[in-house]
Amino acid sequence: MTDLALSRTASLRDWLLSDRPQSRAQARLGRAYMTWLRFAANRLALVGLVILVALVAVAALAGVIAPHSPTAGDLGGARLLPPLSPGYLLGTDDQGRDILSRLIYGARLTLTVVVLVAILTAPVGLLIGTVAGYAGGILDGVLMRVTDIFLAFPKLVLALALVAALGPGIENAVIAIALTSWPPYARMARAETLAVRHADYISAVQLMGASPARIVFHHVMPMCLSSLIVRVTLDMAGIILIAAGLGFLGLGAQPPAPEWGAMIASGRRFILDQWWVATMPGMAILIVSLGFNLVGDGLRDALDPRESGR
Amino acid sequence: MSPTLVSGASRTGLRIPARVSRIGFATLRFAAVVVTTFLGLLAVTFFIGRVIPVDPVLAVLGDRAPASAIEKAREAMGLNLPVWQQFLLYVRQALAGDFGTSVLTTRPVMEDIARVFPATIELATLGTLIGTALGIPLGVLAAVKRGTLADQTVRVIGLVGYSVPIFWLALLGLLLFYAKLGWIGYPGRIGIAYEYSFTSTTGLFLFDALRQGDLEVALDVFRHIILPAGLLGSFSMAYISRMTRSFMLTELGQEYIIAARAKGLSESRIIWFHALRNAAVPLVTVIALSYANLLEGSVLTETVFSWPGLGLYITNSLQNADMNAVLGGTIIIGATFIGLNLLSDLLYRTLDPRTRAR
Amino acid sequence: MTPLLQVEDLRVSYATRTGLVEAVRGVSFTLGRERLGIVGESGSGKSQTGRAIMGLTPPQAQISAKTLRFGDIDLLTAPPKLRRNLRGGRIAMVLQDPKYSLNPVMTIGRQIVETLRTHARVSRAEARQRALEMLAAVQIRDPERVFDLHPHEVSGGMGQRVMIAMMLVANPELLIADEPTSALDVTVQLEVLSILDRLVGERGMGLIFVSHDLRLVSSFCDRVLVMYAGRVVEEIAASDLSRAKHPYTRGLLDCVPTLGTHRHPLPVLDRKPEWRL
Repeated sequence: MTDLALSRTASLRDWLLSDRPQSRAQARLGRAYMTWLRFAANRLALVGLVILVALVAVAALAGVIAPHSPTAGDLGGARLLPPLSPGYLLGTDDQGRDILSRLIYGARLTLTVVVLVAILTAPVGLLIGTVAGYAGGILDGVLMRVTDIFLAFPKLVLALALVAALGPGIENAVIAIALTSWPPYARMARAETLAVRHADYISAVQLMGASPARIVFHHVMPMCLSSLIVRVTLDMAGIILIAAGLGFLGLGAQPPAPEWGAMIASGRRFILDQWWVATMPGMAILIVSLGFNLVGDGLRDALDPRESGR
Repeated sequence: MSPTLVSGASRTGLRIPARVSRIGFATLRFAAVVVTTFLGLLAVTFFIGRVIPVDPVLAVLGDRAPASAIEKAREAMGLNLPVWQQFLLYVRQALAGDFGTSVLTTRPVMEDIARVFPATIELATLGTLIGTALGIPLGVLAAVKRGTLADQTVRVIGLVGYSVPIFWLALLGLLLFYAKLGWIGYPGRIGIAYEYSFTSTTGLFLFDALRQGDLEVALDVFRHIILPAGLLGSFSMAYISRMTRSFMLTELGQEYIIAARAKGLSESRIIWFHALRNAAVPLVTVIALSYANLLEGSVLTETVFSWPGLGLYITNSLQNADMNAVLGGTIIIGATFIGLNLLSDLLYRTLDPRTRAR
Repeated sequence: MTPLLQVEDLRVSYATRTGLVEAVRGVSFTLGRERLGIVGESGSGKSQTGRAIMGLTPPQAQISAKTLRFGDIDLLTAPPKLRRNLRGGRIAMVLQDPKYSLNPVMTIGRQIVETLRTHARVSRAEARQRALEMLAAVQIRDPERVFDLHPHEVSGGMGQRVMIAMMLVANPELLIADEPTSALDVTVQLEVLSILDRLVGERGMGLIFVSHDLRLVSSFCDRVLVMYAGRVVEEIAASDLSRAKHPYTRGLLDCVPTLGTHRHPLPVLDRKPEWRL
């Protein structure tokens, strides 16, 4: 039986790696498999992937795996317990809440912020960049001017000012971060578009009478996707840090929400005697944002072998 | 750039006027970019301060202000005018350095900023110096020893540096070096013992203390600044070492490196002189960018260290809903960003002979 | 008298994932103060041979030979420091494209002076003087002006003359020219070649001229090595080239169109696997 399984996986591998794919699907899967092989050869990238998968799993299963409530604590008997206390693996905070449970539920908030920002910014940047690059002329000039203006801004400070005007809260934090995050994507998509714009295959589609919209959506955008994915993944780490920074300043998620940055802020008062209250959420931020960085780094090497190791 | 055209120009000397006008054109274009970017910055802060809030006066003065003050502010902000005239007024005031009055300090925002900004400049400058001094050698080492353990280590240091929340690391640093070891001073820029006897003329404490030759004060100031500056520096180190590595790998793969070896130059001269001198051209932009990032990073760092700079000023104002101060600080940091971009572009031009002719 | 360069059974190989790849497989020749041409297609190992003599192969390359001697010096056992002193001092090399092989951020003058001061104890003023003389020797009309220019400010032909000046300023005995004219316009090629020819003749240097252009090499060199797949398939005096025996050499010769004859179809270069052996 193991022989059979072995030969089946071997033939699947051959099918994927075939240099004469019989169908488009095979060619695509084969290329994806090659990318995966390159990605998997990078041990650090795999570590990052494990971190991200764990993050998603923890966020999804928070209600099942969290030993305590994230918001209601045991004020009477369990205030500021150190890590490894019975029942409280990572200790408790000043309101007797289990830090581990708060971290687990906090993963949901972190993931929400990251996903929302990615959904809001990446398509916008992609659209602006490809349209500007393909259209050229005045439209390009205007769009890139606007992009450059936003690019020249201090991200965190602008987000601070925006949240100050909009009022604190996680939705406003997302809006503020999204408004300051799209310009690099637009720049990058434009550069990629300019690179393929005069390629023969684009001319061929033009000759076949495709509309500019069709060309941009079907033939230009796919070319930008791989670098966009890499860039977005790498940026996720920075977004987590900014979101945590806003939380730390009291401008992100409001108490009692278990946002990691805000948890550090509330633990700050006890840093001298109860170090774990502020330390644990910081570790969580570090690990997750490192996960995104490792995966992004690995993806870049895998998707763009030219840049490998850079 | 076509080489024949350029050499033609230099050989005959006839096209030099065209070259001058090209430089003039580039400068003009660049000035236009700077101006539009600055106007864009003001447009955004205008939007945040005047358009988003339901009542901008209330946002600026708070709801406990007397009616007469509210009417006066409404007049001064031109809120009775159409929006585009309001914006023109806003730009004119901003260019004159008038960002309104801070509710918190009851002083003009510009005055406050002028007082606190040097503290931030001192912190970010020292941070960038530390980051550059460590980052460039590390990046060069990683590129030269590509694929080895040293390279991997630098890579991991860089990735961790990109992933650490700075305010958290600052707290841990404070816990270790201040509370447990007692090596550093906290809070602020200078110990209480010297606070009133020491006068700083430039606002840069370390610089002033050294200039006055007062080593005791200088040491105390140093003990206060070293941890925040070192933290900011380690972030800039992560960024600079990574970029240095990438640029050096590009340069070390060039033909002129082989030519330099064929000339019999020593490996250290090839690396540190030939390759690094070429990598330095894009690195200047990176260092300017990292300086800008540190100005921003200082917002969070200063909060932790109670460092009386622009970052702490902005966050304090935020807590007190002092919009004028927040936006004034934003404009100043944004303007510094634009200035740094300008500076890096000029440096790029002087460092790369190929852009000088253009 | 010992020959300038003795090469016997030189091999250059690279370890790759699929095993050892030999770029050069047992090349042997001796060189006096003469002009030797090495001809072959790209990938034939001709450039690798030149680089191995210079000691400029990448670190992962493995080099072996029965003999690799420069004058009295055994290059195989020579310490790195000695080899470095040889490079630029006694063996020099001209690379293909001056656009990439000159340091873009250094002035031309400094790059020439750098070679000289690496190998000879001379004062700044004297180094400058000799660099200017060298620029004049490669027929640059206004050396004083060119001295202060950056590489991007000169044309390709002038850039290659600068390259030659930079490599010859320390008076080497052997020059390896790796496709020195391939990146240049045809009109400039002959100009650069004649300068190279005169300097090599005047200074009594040995020259290894690496090129893919058999005609060019035969008009310029005394002797020609034809390489194929890392091996020398034929060694022949340039004057005897029309009597070349090896089919590969004949193929290379026939590839060049000649005036007055009309040939259709154009001949395609024959590559027989047994020549690899």
